[in-house]
Amino acid sequence: MNRTEREAAVRRLLEQPSPQVPAELYGDAVRRGERMLRRRTAARRAMWLVLCAVAVVLAVWAATARPWVEPPSHTTPPVADW
Amino acid sequence: MQERQASQGARRAREFEAFVAGAAGRLLHVATLLTAEVPDANPHARRLLTLALAHTYASWDRLRGEDPYARTRERLVTRFAHETWYRHGGRARRQPSGALAALAPRERLVAVLRLYEGMAEDQTAALLGLPADRVRVLCDRAVAALARPAYRPAPAVRGPEVAPS
Repeated sequence: MNRTEREAAVRRLLEQPSPQVPAELYGDAVRRGERMLRRRTAARRAMWLVLCAVAVVLAVWAATARPWVEPPSHTTPPVADW
Repeated sequence: MQERQASQGARRAREFEAFVAGAAGRLLHVATLLTAEVPDANPHARRLLTLALAHTYASWDRLRGEDPYARTRERLVTRFAHETWYRHGGRARRQPSGALAALAPRERLVAVLRLYEGMAEDQTAALLGLPADRVRVLCDRAVAALARPAYRPAPAVRGPEVAPS
């Protein structure tokens, strides 16, 4: 038997009678798929919520702490002659 | 907004139902060949297909013209490869009894994709993450084993095939 004949024999073997598709398979797949979509939506919402919260906290902190203003000096220059 | 989402959901359900009605038979056949179960007792194949179809359903709105059949088959194949890679020797599995029971899982994968699905060699290699000449060797080995009906491998032969490198 040459290569093409052998491959044809294997193809015939693979064409065994097809299994019956169970009726509940579609319903199960849709149910799981819906759950996956719901989870993705929830995760996306949670991510946006956290992002917004972080932005608000950063803005409030910056407005109160004003990190760009030079802090007042705590040391006084030495006074020698008075 | 709510209305648009509802209509999109209805459209998705309709299209997905048509897709499953057309493709589930062939996909279940592929899954059953992969798991080497007999056609009327194939719980593992059904489970693989249900999970793959659920993923296709969840990403239906983002397919953008991509073939849902190819997408589902890809999911099916990667999930099967992943399971056989990580579960080997762990949980006790049922002895396969289908048409391809004589082959190792990876030989089954290559044989089904190349000969039943008619996928090109380089596409199969890309999907399985193997070099193309490795795919050719696996396919030749599977063909040689299946064309000789008396072939039954010793149980220990599978070892190096799936050992992590």
